[in-house]
Amino acid sequence: MQVASRKFDVLVIGAGGGGLRAALQLSQADAKVAVVSKVFPTRSHTVAAQGGMNAALANVRPDNWHWHMFDTVKGSDYLGDQDAIEYMCRAASHLVYELEHQGVPFSRLDNGKIYQRPFGGQSQNFGGEQAARTCAAADRTGHAILHSLYQQNIRAKTHFFDEFFAIDLLQNGDGGILGAVVLEIETGEPLVIEAKTTLLATGGVGQLFRTNTNAHINTGDGMGMALRAGIPLEDMEFFQFHPTGIAGRGMLITEGARGEGGFLVNKDGERFMERYAPHAKDLASRDVVSRAISTEVREGRGCGDDGDHVMLKLDHLGREVLNKRLPGISSMVKTFLGIDPAEQAIPVFPTAHYTMGGIPTDRYGQVVVPIEQGEEPVPGLYAVGECACVSVHGANRLGGNSLLDIVVFGRAAGNHIIEYLTHNRYHQPMKTDSIDQAMARLSRWDKTGAGESVVGLKQELQAIMEKYCGVFRKEDVLQEGYNQVLELEKRLQDVRLQDHSKIFNTARIEALELENLVDTALATVASALNRKESRGAHSRIDYPNRDDSHWLKHSLYYKEGYRVDYKPVRLKPMTVDTFPPKERVY
Amino acid sequence: MSRLRWQCRRGMLELDALLGDFLDTKYNDLNEQQRTVFQEILSFPDQLLFDYFFGNGKPTDKDVSDVIERIRNTHTPGP
Repeated sequence: MQVASRKFDVLVIGAGGGGLRAALQLSQADAKVAVVSKVFPTRSHTVAAQGGMNAALANVRPDNWHWHMFDTVKGSDYLGDQDAIEYMCRAASHLVYELEHQGVPFSRLDNGKIYQRPFGGQSQNFGGEQAARTCAAADRTGHAILHSLYQQNIRAKTHFFDEFFAIDLLQNGDGGILGAVVLEIETGEPLVIEAKTTLLATGGVGQLFRTNTNAHINTGDGMGMALRAGIPLEDMEFFQFHPTGIAGRGMLITEGARGEGGFLVNKDGERFMERYAPHAKDLASRDVVSRAISTEVREGRGCGDDGDHVMLKLDHLGREVLNKRLPGISSMVKTFLGIDPAEQAIPVFPTAHYTMGGIPTDRYGQVVVPIEQGEEPVPGLYAVGECACVSVHGANRLGGNSLLDIVVFGRAAGNHIIEYLTHNRYHQPMKTDSIDQAMARLSRWDKTGAGESVVGLKQELQAIMEKYCGVFRKEDVLQEGYNQVLELEKRLQDVRLQDHSKIFNTARIEALELENLVDTALATVASALNRKESRGAHSRIDYPNRDDSHWLKHSLYYKEGYRVDYKPVRLKPMTVDTFPPKERVY
Repeated sequence: MSRLRWQCRRGMLELDALLGDFLDTKYNDLNEQQRTVFQEILSFPDQLLFDYFFGNGKPTDKDVSDVIERIRNTHTPGP
């Protein structure tokens, strides 16, 4: 089949902060760059990052990058790669100043310096006093960064393919990547984009879970593409949950609600947190509260017709306090549930928030795969941001480190690609069988007749993942979840689309997204089933302790044979001494 | 309609949910002029929409303000 084709030096898939930061570096170096995005670029999920970006500027309290490094290693529960973490923390200050010059309006102190706020997990002097390390542009840091980077890219003449969906990577048959087949959503026409290098920056996969905080676009498209190209996914069992999302909808209700005196009750009206955390009660740490809610629901004490949530009570605080201290919550709950939290309790359940795992890369953003001794880069393929696992977050990400991750490694990948292009000046010959394979994946959805629906199967997948691979994990539960996702993978073959039109056929896009979700679900539940310890966000009831002697290693999941393998954690930083694993106490 | 549905895909879950639900349940009740305004609203930046729906922001244009209010009340039981 003849498919239209375009050639670029670099193909960037995904237009969030990571993709746009890399694209900017490349366009400014006169590379010919294509950015493919399934939605308009400034509607990427980076826009939802409100908190800020960590950098040891020491504008408010004493600080240095080495303390930031310690906090990040400790926060990762020692699963983060210490060379990448050193690189990130060292680069942070420079990147903040650079963003400022690119137009990000960081909030200011009275003396004119950039304002920094304290966040959880930040310390001075390797575990001492609270640090203040997070730079923010009011409560819209992600929005400000994304818009600045987009405008800079327009100026640097980056070529944007807006509302194009990437289907699959093109391979040269020898391990190298030659670009991708993409689909123009408006016309339904496929397009081959040939590129000397391809960068995946497609974000996380929060849509795996029924209750999640992520935009609907976060369906793990780059991760799915990597898996189908034979590349493993790293540490997918590590998924960050927040205890109080609006049940069934996912929107986050901040800890502030419990900080102001709100508390959780089960269907009997019992304040159950008193049983799980007699002292801290409703203010216990996120993972403790999440597991308690999940246990109440599993043991039949959940609220509602399906008994699938608990209630957060704020009504005793009074309307005045709610309006004054928690105005955003009142407006959110009224809008989505049509109820007034000053009068009624809010149904809540743990909500999936951030994917720590992803496509394995080194600190230059190169995608790496294991070989007999160590690992080697996949020629022509890079990945950055939430879709990648570099790994700076390890088993648990600290607040303020995700925006930092995307700009630091977006820039690093851009620089490395510039170097790569000087040694790889010409396009390789295209392999038609690789194009045919991607096209077959697309035309599979042209089959007509009766069958299951995309929407139905997606909802089932999300419910399975929430029930069997959420915050409450143990062997038999995970095994059941794994079996059910495998079964669902088989049923995916029987799904048929009702709409076979070409123009703006979003049903077809949702079907392609579902394939990515199923592949990443298997990676997540298989890795979780295999890891028999508790570390960071991966918490096993049957293995409650961290086990460094057996499990201080990264998981690698391969699509072929559903195989799980492991690779060592890079404990050696670039220049400083290793932070050896210690018990993680705050 | 498919085009509108895709344009309701945003960078924030809150906007996805609100705009998507509105399109499914209330969009058909709009007149021609309000539909044009709805399409204009979809071209606004996510952060601005978020402020209009959940924060203190208020559009200056009366027609825009009216449609924003309708979207915000998607889940409020009607009279």
